[in-house]
Amino acid sequence: MNVLEIQNLNVAFATGGGFLRALKNVSIDIPEYCIVGVVGESGCGKSTLINSILRLLPENGSIDTGSIQFEGRDLAQLNLSQMQGIRGSRISTVFQDPMDALNPVLSIAEQMLHIQYRSDLSRKKKNARSIEMLRRVRIPDPESALKRYPHEFSGGMKQRIAIAMAMMMEPALLIADEPTTALDATLEVAIINLLKELQSQIKCSMLFISHHLGLVAELCDEVVVMYAGEVLERGSARQIFHDPWHPYTQRLLDCDPASQTLRTRHLPTIPGEIPDLRRDQEGCIFRSRCQFCEEVCKTVPAEVETEGHHVRCHRLFQ
Amino acid sequence: MSDILILVFEVVSKHLGSLRRVVAEPLGAVGLIMVVGMIAGAIFADFLTAFEPTRISPRDRFLEPSVVHLMGTDQLGRDLFSRVLHGGQIALSVALVSIAASLLIGVILGLIAGYGPRWLDNLMILLFDAIKSFPTVMLALALVTLFGPSLTAVMIVVVLVNVPGYARIIRTQTLALKSSQFVTSAQSMGASTARVLRVHILPNSIGPLLILASMDIPVVIAIEAGMSFLGLGVRPPTPSWGAILNDGFTAIRDTPWIAIAGGVPIILTTLGFTFLGETLRDIFDPRLKRRA
Amino acid sequence: MILSVQDLEVAFRVGPWFDRRTILAVARVSFDLSQGETFAIVGESGSGKTTLAHAINGLQAISGGEVSFMGKKVEVSRARAVQPLRRHMSMMFQDPVGSLSPRMKVGDLVAEPFVIHKIGKNLKKEVQRLLSLVGLPGDFADRYPHQLSGGQARRIGVARAIALDPKLIIADEPTAGLDVSVQGEVLNLLNDLREQLGLSMIFISHNLHVVHHVADRMAVMYLGRIVETGSTEEVFRAPAHPYTATLLSATPNPDPDKVHDRILLSSEVPSLLDRPAGCEFHTRCPWVQQRCFNESPYLEGGQLKRVACHVPLEPGARPPPKG
Repeated sequence: MNVLEIQNLNVAFATGGGFLRALKNVSIDIPEYCIVGVVGESGCGKSTLINSILRLLPENGSIDTGSIQFEGRDLAQLNLSQMQGIRGSRISTVFQDPMDALNPVLSIAEQMLHIQYRSDLSRKKKNARSIEMLRRVRIPDPESALKRYPHEFSGGMKQRIAIAMAMMMEPALLIADEPTTALDATLEVAIINLLKELQSQIKCSMLFISHHLGLVAELCDEVVVMYAGEVLERGSARQIFHDPWHPYTQRLLDCDPASQTLRTRHLPTIPGEIPDLRRDQEGCIFRSRCQFCEEVCKTVPAEVETEGHHVRCHRLFQ
Repeated sequence: MSDILILVFEVVSKHLGSLRRVVAEPLGAVGLIMVVGMIAGAIFADFLTAFEPTRISPRDRFLEPSVVHLMGTDQLGRDLFSRVLHGGQIALSVALVSIAASLLIGVILGLIAGYGPRWLDNLMILLFDAIKSFPTVMLALALVTLFGPSLTAVMIVVVLVNVPGYARIIRTQTLALKSSQFVTSAQSMGASTARVLRVHILPNSIGPLLILASMDIPVVIAIEAGMSFLGLGVRPPTPSWGAILNDGFTAIRDTPWIAIAGGVPIILTTLGFTFLGETLRDIFDPRLKRRA
Repeated sequence: MILSVQDLEVAFRVGPWFDRRTILAVARVSFDLSQGETFAIVGESGSGKTTLAHAINGLQAISGGEVSFMGKKVEVSRARAVQPLRRHMSMMFQDPVGSLSPRMKVGDLVAEPFVIHKIGKNLKKEVQRLLSLVGLPGDFADRYPHQLSGGQARRIGVARAIALDPKLIIADEPTAGLDVSVQGEVLNLLNDLREQLGLSMIFISHNLHVVHHVADRMAVMYLGRIVETGSTEEVFRAPAHPYTATLLSATPNPDPDKVHDRILLSSEVPSLLDRPAGCEFHTRCPWVQQRCFNESPYLEGGQLKRVACHVPLEPGARPPPKG
């Protein structure tokens, strides 16, 4: 059973220099109770993906074709009020900056009540639930924390509160958009552990977006590798990290200094730049930077699947 | 020489771009036409009319608008069209000179307050607030009592009224930019305070101020007209829109064209500059910029 | 020796006038740097890394100790004496785009060091030389910072930093905000230049994996103090301070099967306004002992490594079970 099924999603932005194809034939499945990680470098389309799922694309962006199936409905077809009923309750989000989720002029108690406005519980019961939720994200002394304001907490604590608020309505899907990028390494690990724990308690699925390969490897069951708006490879975390097939995935993993166990002054890189998505790209999107590029790469490679490991690369046919 | 030409070309082409965006907005295009018309009328006043603005002609008193006198004549037989065009010169020069002076003083004080020591900043803010808390009319009356009615008095009033606001804008921007990484970066290279202010802080803080100043031009024109109307500004017989309005005011029942000749240009230029300023603000507003 | 930092202290006064308090952002930091050496400073936010960098460059007034660079004292109060020193010591800042003045063109930005120090060379030629040195095409001189990607902006930062052939580069998180593939490019570029020009470098980072590859020696800071310092390989092989060990165990590896035997800290970083007595790490240390509560440890040890801890860890030590 998949909680979310994205099929052949195409998203484009109207820009001064023509149409920019930000997502091209993107297909991703998020199985129930599963943590799916999306890795890729800037410009790969990670944020467009989130904004498409939440239907929060900016004015000049639109979903051209494709479907986003969630709980029996196609999110790409819903109107605003239907979508608002889903955001925050069935799909909730944790952002990179916790202040994106917290209102600086409201107390934590008020903000946590706001999230529960659809629920019929009494105010007292709602507050009790808030306290319970803060306890679960390990905020010390949750009763008094409820009366305080966001600026009275440290960055790590704010992110915990933001997570508590996201998990409050027990969503079916949690989208975590680089939730630890602004935090120090020791806090980063604590937040990751917390997310994993809550995810298994609440039994939700999670879409975890990060450029930090180590965190993705540690947290995620499945991994999607994106490059320039396309999904190049997806599969289980083991398949991706131990047996990457796509040349881009292989080189991306090599680039992480953490994967170089021996001390070296010269780190691997991926020469070249991401292609300009405002121009039509022929063939394989990674062609211009790939060391295995051949004549056949001028045609678009089909997605090949073996044991749940999907790859778009011509080399697999040879 | 070629460097200068290239520079001029760059500046012109850069501004042509924003000019095109101004014209693309209907309100901006209307504003631009009105403002350009007014400036052209003021500059070419002597070519556009055969009459001296101050020539008195008792025979031609209170003439209705006609082909000879486009806007009619006033109680002294002076040609009103000529007086309006020459009044535009006064209005425009008062506005430009006093706004330029306000900008210069405001920028310098703002930079000092924002970049200097904390105590100086506090002191200057206190001073600005003190000036601001003075009602404009009282300030004008006090100055006229001191120096007598004159254009200089009008300009000093405008400068005094505008400087605190301008300085505050620059000060706030300076405070914000002072700790930015590019300023620290310049300091770490050994850049002097003067260079940091001139090269790094001023160009990044003056934009919003220039837009505000362009929207202040109609306000200044109104202040000049108002003070001249009250007899606190230019001395007769110098033509000023406020003075024309005053001349027509006493005889508004019998000869309404005099008051109209004084009032319409005030309304039109005020509207023109306001449309233009608002369009400019919309174009350069950083929030809108980010959206594009 | 190119740089010597002795007992450096930086204090800030905070709070309203009726409750003015002093916090020590950098507390008695000492280290030396020799020609061609790369010294890494590691620590989490609030550890005083950036303040330390600013103090070394004379951007920040110091309240104790001294910094001497090329045998001369760096003092904020003597701006005229510091100004010429800055020719030989350049800085790189965290935000690649934000450290470039937004209304200046790349050409002017790269030429700025020459203009500031009134070195009347052929600026256009110098700009082209520097751009090609950092691997950017010459026509970038006409671009504005907001037209650059993070990696390109960082290269411009490098070009500015090496423009006047400095002896020392202080790089504050030079790869922050960059993608991994670009991060490698920037680090390789810095390393090549270091070798070609014989640069010394202070490399401030929170990414231990990066530090492992680039630094000869390193120091770990906690609450403005150095708690452990030594050769990079030695610190990584056998972290002796519990905080170093915690940081090392916290870095995730791109391997889903790796069993993370992490050292978990119980509480958050204490406020600088309220420094713990004794060893300042005792509030979070899993190995805490009675003497740690009131006895401050000194930075002690040999040539290879020094550590400020009453009970330095053996390699591979595990925290004692709670109880």
